[in-house]
Amino acid sequence: MPVITIDDKQVEIAAGATVMDAARDLGIYIPHFCYHEKLSISANCRMCLVEVEKAPKPLPACATPAADGMVVRTRSGKAITAQKGVMEFLLINHPLDCPICDQGGECMLQDIAVGYGGSASRYQEAKRVVKEKDLGPLVATDMTRCIHCSRCVRFGQEVAGIMELGMPGRGEHMEVMPFLERQVGSELSGNVIELCPVGALTSKPFRYAARSWELSRRRGISPHDGLGANMALHVKDNRVFRAVPLDNEAINECWLADRDRYAYQALGAEDRATRPMVRDADRWHEVDWQKALAQAAGALKVIRETHGAEAIGFLASPHQTVEELALMAQLARGLGCENIDHRLDQADCPPDVGAPWLGMAIADLDSLDRVLLVGATVRMEQPLIAQRLRQAVKRGAQLNVVHAADDDLLTRVANKIIVKPSALAAALAGIAKALQEAGKDVGSVSAALSGAVVTDAARAIAASLASGERKAVLLGGMARQHPARADLHRLAQAIALATGAHFGFLVDSANAVGASVVGCTPGAAGLGAAAMVAQPRKAYVLLGIEPYLDSYDPMVLRKAMESAELVIALTAFKGAAPNYAHVILPVAAFAETEGAYVNMEGRLQTFKAAVKPLGEARPGWKVLRVLGNLLGLSDFDYTGVEDVRAAALPADEAGLRARLDNTAPQGEPSIAASSAGLERLGETPIYQADSLVRRAPALQATPLSEHAKVCWAHGALIRKLGLQEGKPVKIRQDAGESIMKLGRDDRLAEDAVRIAGAHALTSKLGSRYGAVQLEKM
Amino acid sequence: MFNRIKHFIDTFLLTELWKGMSVTGRYLFGRKFTIRYPEEKTPQSPRFRGLHAQRRYANGEERCIACKLCEAVCPALAITIESEQRDDGTRRTTRYDIDLTKCIFCGFCEEACPVDAIVETRIFEYHGEKKGDLYYTKDMLLAVGDKHEEQIARDKAADAKYR
Repeated sequence: MPVITIDDKQVEIAAGATVMDAARDLGIYIPHFCYHEKLSISANCRMCLVEVEKAPKPLPACATPAADGMVVRTRSGKAITAQKGVMEFLLINHPLDCPICDQGGECMLQDIAVGYGGSASRYQEAKRVVKEKDLGPLVATDMTRCIHCSRCVRFGQEVAGIMELGMPGRGEHMEVMPFLERQVGSELSGNVIELCPVGALTSKPFRYAARSWELSRRRGISPHDGLGANMALHVKDNRVFRAVPLDNEAINECWLADRDRYAYQALGAEDRATRPMVRDADRWHEVDWQKALAQAAGALKVIRETHGAEAIGFLASPHQTVEELALMAQLARGLGCENIDHRLDQADCPPDVGAPWLGMAIADLDSLDRVLLVGATVRMEQPLIAQRLRQAVKRGAQLNVVHAADDDLLTRVANKIIVKPSALAAALAGIAKALQEAGKDVGSVSAALSGAVVTDAARAIAASLASGERKAVLLGGMARQHPARADLHRLAQAIALATGAHFGFLVDSANAVGASVVGCTPGAAGLGAAAMVAQPRKAYVLLGIEPYLDSYDPMVLRKAMESAELVIALTAFKGAAPNYAHVILPVAAFAETEGAYVNMEGRLQTFKAAVKPLGEARPGWKVLRVLGNLLGLSDFDYTGVEDVRAAALPADEAGLRARLDNTAPQGEPSIAASSAGLERLGETPIYQADSLVRRAPALQATPLSEHAKVCWAHGALIRKLGLQEGKPVKIRQDAGESIMKLGRDDRLAEDAVRIAGAHALTSKLGSRYGAVQLEKM
Repeated sequence: MFNRIKHFIDTFLLTELWKGMSVTGRYLFGRKFTIRYPEEKTPQSPRFRGLHAQRRYANGEERCIACKLCEAVCPALAITIESEQRDDGTRRTTRYDIDLTKCIFCGFCEEACPVDAIVETRIFEYHGEKKGDLYYTKDMLLAVGDKHEEQIARDKAADAKYR
């Protein structure tokens, strides 16, 4: 291997490494601004100039390939003169407004100016001023501070997949700006804040709120998608001020989705539940914990004695911690009730064989050669998984998509089949049949394929999956929520088996895997979430759920809630709970409780509380433990969250992995022809995914949130129905109706109408993928 | 020998006593240092470090930009600041408290301030009668500044050439 000498130290380098890489291996710091490990090399800041023996001029370390026998000096007179000169030039136009700059104290320019710059400025002339840009509600700008490192521009092109920022102009007239004065709408836009080495791009919700040196950093795990992104919560005075990514190459690399970054805002929401409340006739009273818990336990006992344990339904949110979900399951089973589920947004909730998971490591997604995404709105469900798939395509992977909407994945899609939701199974059957025709063994589904139609696209996808080395078939959130989930599951599994691909679910909630692992799913005799709602129970215990938003069919659910004799809501946010609940027990929200999540690759990640719970709220596991004690259940004497975890989870990683299983339920898939008429495509929008993001004002002000407020239909459909784009339209579904603005989106399947689920505007409509009618107002 | 004779003579002539009494006499008849406080005051340096004040610009705008450098530098942790973006987009404090019972009057806050907003005035005769009276809030500090701005500006000007 070639050997390079830097500052009299020798190191062996890999082929293609740069001087910067070699210096990093040696632990030698070379000052830099534009260089970033995850971005392409641009070498335009010139800060990393070093002296290379036999080179006439200093060379930029980030862009100089390291060669055998090269001798580099980073602190020689020549290098220091060059660095000082560059620093002086950078500071010519940089305003000296550090005292009012949010980057002050954590600014690369500040640090490097102190370490490598001169002590005083010789510059007397006027400085450049750049007009402010409006980048939307998430990123604040002070473009006068920009030093043109172009990191934000490269991030957009290379990682986010969409070039929202560019650098038109030359020399002093060069400016970073959004094209066409548009706001930045990417779901990863917040990452430019960390990338920006100066204070040109900063966090808007955090603006001027605190200084970096006042904040203590507490480790946290993102509570939104199944990724479990690692982040640091910056805390002061028992308040979370911001969230920033922590590097974890296996999970989130160095990125964080906007959802993870800004959801902390919800911790101060107006409707936080801070005191236990009980309903007396139609009046709500704030009571102390003892009284509220006694009343909840007493009422549950009465229901069990009069109607039996099976008259109770337990519904938990998959965003709760492992410990809370385990105690919930223990509570239900202790009462003799098997009606427990965390999949309220799912139409079909069969008892699990094991916990559905990704089926592979997250980090391996980048190195896939062939991918088939089924019913996955992946950019909205797991923004960072979409980013990884983008990197995979860049390395030459073929991305195949079967979905009801041809959403822009901001990368090249090799083949796609876009059909309405009920025809998804038939589309998958077509691919399976094409594989069968190509001589692959599709196993148990072969009998069901006789009626399948093989289209050209299906044949192309089959051919794509048949080739290549590392492959994956991944089911997304829509496939999971879909009424024909079992069929999609069986067919996708058959395709994966036939092609030797990994098979897995793109899990879209923080702890869905953990919920299944700790038994927060119905037993053989129990009812799943959908059945619990369709056959109303006498009593419900809700954990962290906003039922009207989280449910698959809010209409059915509303009836169940209204007819129940007892609803106990353990929740951090009141939301609509005062309308249906009888007892509200305030539990601590994300960042206020300790616990663990199991992410989509089956990795257990524990975390501590970053702040104290607001008001009288208490961590959910403590509330459930006391509730268990009051109900006289055995084995509820936990003293710490570790005890609960130890009792609920297998002792080691292998034991945890053994509980992960993607096997489809037994039976033959049915690929019956889809019904005629319009169908709703009611995925959960990105900023409605859980009760935290729904309450983050900055996220709710983004273009992506506005997108969810519109009923989207294909242009041809709008013409056919004689409707008008941009005008309000009446939506009828089952007995419910709602009025939304109509938008045109020609990327949708022609018979599919995208009407977001989990949204206040649509909570009076029916099922998420059911038949729907549009009427002129 | 000579020293012993000198000592013998000095002892009899009380030379040491007269020397000492001459110092007493010089002060007895010289200019007096004692002042009749509070009717009379000692002179103060323009750098005197007394009660804190928050200053304003001539147009009435408060100077403080909530950079929190004074809070960071304060060795007694006497300063508490909370900040936010004001409606006009500028960075401002929503709270600026100095606990004068903690303050050690080192003047670091004044040194750290990039906009000369927090200053220590010549006032040293302030008092509190109840617990908490010496906890100065932003409004109180601004009021002190408004009242003594002329003096503060003069002192700052006098000191400027040494900075």
